[in-house]
Amino acid sequence: MLEQKEREVLQLLEENARLDIETIAKMVDLSVAETQQIIEKLEKENAILGYSAIVNWSKVLEYEGVTAMIDVKVTPARGVGFDKVAERIYRFPEVKAVYLMSGAYDLSVSIEGKTMMEISRFVSEKLSTLDMVLSTTTHFVLKKYKHDGIIFNDDEDDKRIMVSP
Amino acid sequence: MMKQTSYLAKTVDSLKPSGIRRFFDLASKMDNVISLGVGEPDFVTPWNVIEASYHSLEQGYTAYTANAGLLELRVEISKYLEQNFNVSYNPENQLIVTVGASQAIDLALRAILNPGEEVIVVTPSFVSYAPSVTLAGGAPVIIDTDPDNEFKVRPEQIEQAITDKTKAIMLCSPNNPTGTVLSKAELEKIAAVIKKHDLLVISDEIYAELAYDERAISIASLPGMSERTILISGFSKAFAMTGWRLGYAAGPVEILQAMTKIHQYTIMCAPTMAQHGALEALRNGGNSVQKMKMSYQQRRNLVVKAFNEMGLDCHNPGGAFYVFPSIKKTGLSSESFAEQLLQKERVAVVPGNVFGQSGEGYIRCSYATSLKQLDESMKRISKFVEKLK
Repeated sequence: MLEQKEREVLQLLEENARLDIETIAKMVDLSVAETQQIIEKLEKENAILGYSAIVNWSKVLEYEGVTAMIDVKVTPARGVGFDKVAERIYRFPEVKAVYLMSGAYDLSVSIEGKTMMEISRFVSEKLSTLDMVLSTTTHFVLKKYKHDGIIFNDDEDDKRIMVSP
Repeated sequence: MMKQTSYLAKTVDSLKPSGIRRFFDLASKMDNVISLGVGEPDFVTPWNVIEASYHSLEQGYTAYTANAGLLELRVEISKYLEQNFNVSYNPENQLIVTVGASQAIDLALRAILNPGEEVIVVTPSFVSYAPSVTLAGGAPVIIDTDPDNEFKVRPEQIEQAITDKTKAIMLCSPNNPTGTVLSKAELEKIAAVIKKHDLLVISDEIYAELAYDERAISIASLPGMSERTILISGFSKAFAMTGWRLGYAAGPVEILQAMTKIHQYTIMCAPTMAQHGALEALRNGGNSVQKMKMSYQQRRNLVVKAFNEMGLDCHNPGGAFYVFPSIKKTGLSSESFAEQLLQKERVAVVPGNVFGQSGEGYIRCSYATSLKQLDESMKRISKFVEKLK
């Protein structure tokens, strides 16, 4: 039963991390104290790693930023496989995401920088020069339509009539 | 001056317009209104369903279908009903796809009623039941249910309402507007009365998928009931497809064939592109339904608590997406509560009395509204109630 409630709390927070605890408690039908306990437990177990806002930076005036997705082919190292090389990459703060992939390449790296130049420099100076990296293919993001389940510039108007039977 | 002749049929002329209409008119003229008066999901139809319908149009499926609906859709509906509600219907001759559940209700009534025959309508109920009986030439006989019994009809009440003209009873569980769900034991007692008096049941199960605490039971699944039940359901509520106007009916061969005959002469068939969407909904829509259901359940929990905290007694409804709190403590009638709430705090709710006189003293609030709006509306209603004290 608790696991079911934990899942519900996680789903609610994933959808809206700012939902207040009283509301969450009511929605999952637990007391505030019990809900607090669940959240603390999930935080302690690192099931909840953090809380963040999904920002549409293109709405911010004079904001400059570029996102790129880089396909990286690597040589796995004996004993540690892909983990060591992945760590070498994900420790860079400009790297926003790293995934191990099946298919044509090994690591998918998502990176954010101020300019294309900045990202090119990262790829040529930091990434390609790593011993384990065999090749890279960089794709620049032109427009964000949807991120983490949120549609950017979505028309959220309620299209229903006011009162209906 | 000569008296203007009325060209209207007497039956139609004598029908009162729905009380909901007035609130719609009032609310639509105001700004900044949060509406809890909407009888439909706040979700847009799942994308895979919309996409499947697009695809069918691109493929050129723009012609009529069979009168009873696409056979493959009827096959899917039959499987769905069997898996989820333990009822079995032959898709060839016991199922019809209709223009919303509303048309299915109309067809059912027209198929079974001779002039003057009576249909028992359990209220508070969906506003169309009694007028549909009248329009089909029958006479509605109203049972007012007891709020203290969570608006559940008691078998004795049915016994008392039965006359030698009674043909059928209309039931709706989970119920609009009360959200009440009838348990298996309660349905069994009702079924016993129905069998004893050899009546039919028109069972509106449009909210069956949206039962939160225990699964909704179809009365047709009880022993000896499938041969006397016309099961009515559709895609509107569970699949968030109200505007697609797609419902269905299932029941005894003789009755379903008669309904198909009327349908053939009056509608031809339900919209083809909607039928293709529905096919996708049944084949691949289960996850979306479960997600929406969970979200309704959480919002129900929130809203029931909010009403009780502000001092308006509200039972915890087992299904649909409505709560039906009592406003008797405020001393206002349902109509004036709803009207003043709208004028003063800009929240639209539906006065309970429009669903039948036993709904007087209650309001229907739909929680199929965004959390943000729900939260704000509960604050506004609470403020309104506070000022009345």
